[in-house]
Amino acid sequence: MTVHAPESLTAKPTGMTEASTSWVRDMVRREASIVLDGKDYLIDSRLCELARRLGLSSAEEVARNAIRGDRSVMAGIVDALTTNETSWFRDGGPFEALRTTILPELIRARQSERSLRIWSAACSSGQEAYSVAMMCKKIVPPGWEIDILGTDLSRDILDRAKAGRYSQLEVNRGLPAPLLVQWMRRAGTEWEVIPELRQMVRWDWMNLAHPFPALGRFDIVLLRNVLIYFDTRTKTGVLDRTRAHLRSDGYLLLGGAETTVGLGDVWRREVVGTTPAWRINDAPGAHSGPIETGPSSRPAMTGPPRSASPVRSPSRPAHPPAPLGGR
Amino acid sequence: MHALVIDDSRTMRRIVSSVLARVGFTCVEAEHGEEALAKLEDMTAAGTLPAIATIDWNMPVMNGLTFVTRVRADTRWRDVTLMMVTTESEHGQIVRALAAGAHEYVLKPFTAEDMISKLSMLGLVETSAEVMA
Repeated sequence: MTVHAPESLTAKPTGMTEASTSWVRDMVRREASIVLDGKDYLIDSRLCELARRLGLSSAEEVARNAIRGDRSVMAGIVDALTTNETSWFRDGGPFEALRTTILPELIRARQSERSLRIWSAACSSGQEAYSVAMMCKKIVPPGWEIDILGTDLSRDILDRAKAGRYSQLEVNRGLPAPLLVQWMRRAGTEWEVIPELRQMVRWDWMNLAHPFPALGRFDIVLLRNVLIYFDTRTKTGVLDRTRAHLRSDGYLLLGGAETTVGLGDVWRREVVGTTPAWRINDAPGAHSGPIETGPSSRPAMTGPPRSASPVRSPSRPAHPPAPLGGR
Repeated sequence: MHALVIDDSRTMRRIVSSVLARVGFTCVEAEHGEEALAKLEDMTAAGTLPAIATIDWNMPVMNGLTFVTRVRADTRWRDVTLMMVTTESEHGQIVRALAAGAHEYVLKPFTAEDMISKLSMLGLVETSAEVMA
């Protein structure tokens, strides 16, 4: 049996100074509205990886270059701290809710339009959007128009999502083998989503912390494991803007540790199977947010050039465990 | 619940067994398909039929694919979930294994979390969240 040793997934921290760590924390908070309090280890280890890629000697040197004003290093830092691994059909429960209840219900409600719009906000490397696409292929009747939008703040990660290429480790993570062979093909040492599925998803750059561009309204919004990185004010803003882009009978799905509680009374929690989903509260007196339609003051779906803005997507910082059977 | 771990590498059997033990399985190990068939007979006789067998592909004496085919040909074992755990990662190989009757496929290398999530998908672990915490 020959097994290839996987490359190390996380670097060992080398001990950044408190001043540099704190500068990085503030910069990421300012640029991406992401809170990294109590995550010094994450900051250090991600900057170590970045140092290796940039050919610098240490995490501390990466931070110093950014502090001296190197915009591309700043962009790299925000990217490194917000870009993360994700998995297929993540957490199971929400996808089970989509399959058994939410999609069938919306399919009944949209009989005359025969179209569904789904938004994977902070889509990271795309597994969530492709998982939704696979599920739609299975249960939405043929002939329906399915529009799936994946947005993220990291252009690097969007390029990866668009390419639809995943490593062997990534396809192990939650993707049932029958779906793997149905929707993916080997491409060298990686796996690639087949064009039929790739065509179902559009990808665009977007900063959730800023006013949204004209997106229209969605039937389902997946906004999972993003809010936890925002402060309360930003959270409220993101949820208000999301509400304006959700149809009145639509569903909002958040991450397992997230809630709209304390962030306004416009949301109503509803348990679907084992999963909480959020619906728009149409009770009298409930706040009804303005719809952002028409051209926004910012160019729709086009971010500032990469070098000019280091703002990146909130995704899911986590240390992946070391692979087994690889040595 | 019982599990049958089939791999010609002792290290690999130890790794897989420890992951399965973590989520409550009692493991029996076999070095190749033929030994695994014998152990499966023993377990059946003892009333400890495994809920799952994890199967390497390339092994001496009898390979994993043949083992899958043999198990699927015997109705006494139709409730045994079969999961390939192998470096064989060609699209066609995975299709072959699934067609022969394997339920799942884990590519080496893998993480404990990946394997537990597969077990959870197969309904063999209650909720993956708590064991992965």
